[in-house]
Amino acid sequence: MKKVTLLFGLFIPLLMVAQEPDELVQKIKAKYEKVNDYQASGKMKTNVSFMKVPEAKVKIYYKKPDKLKIKNENGISFVPKGSVNINMGNIFGVKSYTAIDAGTGTVQGKTVKIIKILPEDDQSGIVLSTLFIDEKQQLVLKTKTTTRDNGTYELLLQYGKYAEWGLPDKAEFTFSTKDYKLPKGVTIDYDNGSGGNTQPKTKTGKVEITYNSYIINKGVNDSEFK
Amino acid sequence: MFFQLLRIELFKIFKRPRTFIAFGAVAVIVFLVQFALKTNGAEFVELFVSSQEDTFEIPKDKMLNGFFVCVTILHTILIHVPLLVALISGDMISGESAGGTLRILCAKPVKRSTIILSKFSASVIYLALLLIWMALLSLVVSILIFGTNDLFVFKATSLYQMEAGDVWWRFFMGFVFATLALTVVIALSLMLSTFSENSIGPIVATVCIVIVFTIVQQLEVPVFRETVTPWLFTTHMLGWKGFFYINATAEGKSIWGSIENPGSIVKSAVILCGYIVLFLGLAIRHLNKKDILS
Repeated sequence: MKKVTLLFGLFIPLLMVAQEPDELVQKIKAKYEKVNDYQASGKMKTNVSFMKVPEAKVKIYYKKPDKLKIKNENGISFVPKGSVNINMGNIFGVKSYTAIDAGTGTVQGKTVKIIKILPEDDQSGIVLSTLFIDEKQQLVLKTKTTTRDNGTYELLLQYGKYAEWGLPDKAEFTFSTKDYKLPKGVTIDYDNGSGGNTQPKTKTGKVEITYNSYIINKGVNDSEFK
Repeated sequence: MFFQLLRIELFKIFKRPRTFIAFGAVAVIVFLVQFALKTNGAEFVELFVSSQEDTFEIPKDKMLNGFFVCVTILHTILIHVPLLVALISGDMISGESAGGTLRILCAKPVKRSTIILSKFSASVIYLALLLIWMALLSLVVSILIFGTNDLFVFKATSLYQMEAGDVWWRFFMGFVFATLALTVVIALSLMLSTFSENSIGPIVATVCIVIVFTIVQQLEVPVFRETVTPWLFTTHMLGWKGFFYINATAEGKSIWGSIENPGSIVKSAVILCGYIVLFLGLAIRHLNKKDILS
């Protein structure tokens, strides 16, 4: 009897700890799942070392489970391919996963719980996602996601007016970039001989979206995602 | 007297059928490029952005707009325009020599320098008209066919995006700079023309000089890049492109109405003006000393 009590004494706390991240993820998932679709407007800044591009006025369309489209209202924007991950719905849309407690950390000056999400489905687009969760507000402040096709992304989220929906006021999306190099014979660069261009060393790019407004759960036409 | 001579020179230029070869050639090249890009434009744009297709969603159809087509045409044509320009200006003095009219011209109560300047001015007017024609076809017609949107310009290691409203003045300044750049070719061929008794020599010599300089410039080897290339006029003739290299903040956000390196454009313009003065000076000096009796 003593042995059985000792075993329970050892394993029950472990079982409780193992369940905790899953519960937290479920709670947050429930919060984010209130959003079925949205249409948001905002400004998008692109910071890639080899690109000089203007700030763009954009519209962002989202529809469950994983449809997301960023459209430049007036001009042209290069949108990173993994930008679908700026919406948490893509991560929480994973049906079966293992949540692992990875301790605590600090994001935006707040103490956060770090949880790693490992999808169990081999076909899932996400290989691993690390969530940095503000337990008090039950919001994800940062994610690091490794995808099957589009590399690793980092997302930093700041919340404001739409925090109750789990929708950010600002999202910073960091992604890996490739070198940009064209033959000089093709571009025929103008260079006054005072020095050549140097290949940028930064291998990451950043897209920063500042949201002005959201229209939530009013329906978004599928044609917007084409 | 100068304007009277200028009027006569313009009459002579536009009386010759070969003057219009350049206008025809420009029209043919522009229409061919427009046709090619209308047919296979996406493939052409892909040439510049294919390395980034794994990272970004790239709206190639939107990138292929009238502004982009115009810049592409200017890339293609402006390299060859010196030949078209030399066809006219290379014949200015040597043509008179070959036709036996130089003696009559120099016998007039007018300074020989005025003769040179009137011929030079007439050639510049011809060049300006040719570039206006080019602008009309490559910019206006391309916009009618392809529409407008943001302009993308590519360098070997960087990419520039300008909003549609920030592009017009760049094209205007680009064409103004191209006029200055090609004026150097006019001055060069006019100078060579004073040394020759036939029309072909100065035209071929001008084209050869432009080709040799361009090759030296394109070789990109240190021995040339650090010594000769910065002083070749062909290096600075590309200065029109400088208006399409937009400046940006430290975060990479392009600044409306800015130029990445205005100082280099000014430097190029000064060097080109120096060449014009040098070539014209040599032309005037040689014509002043030229024996027209033999």
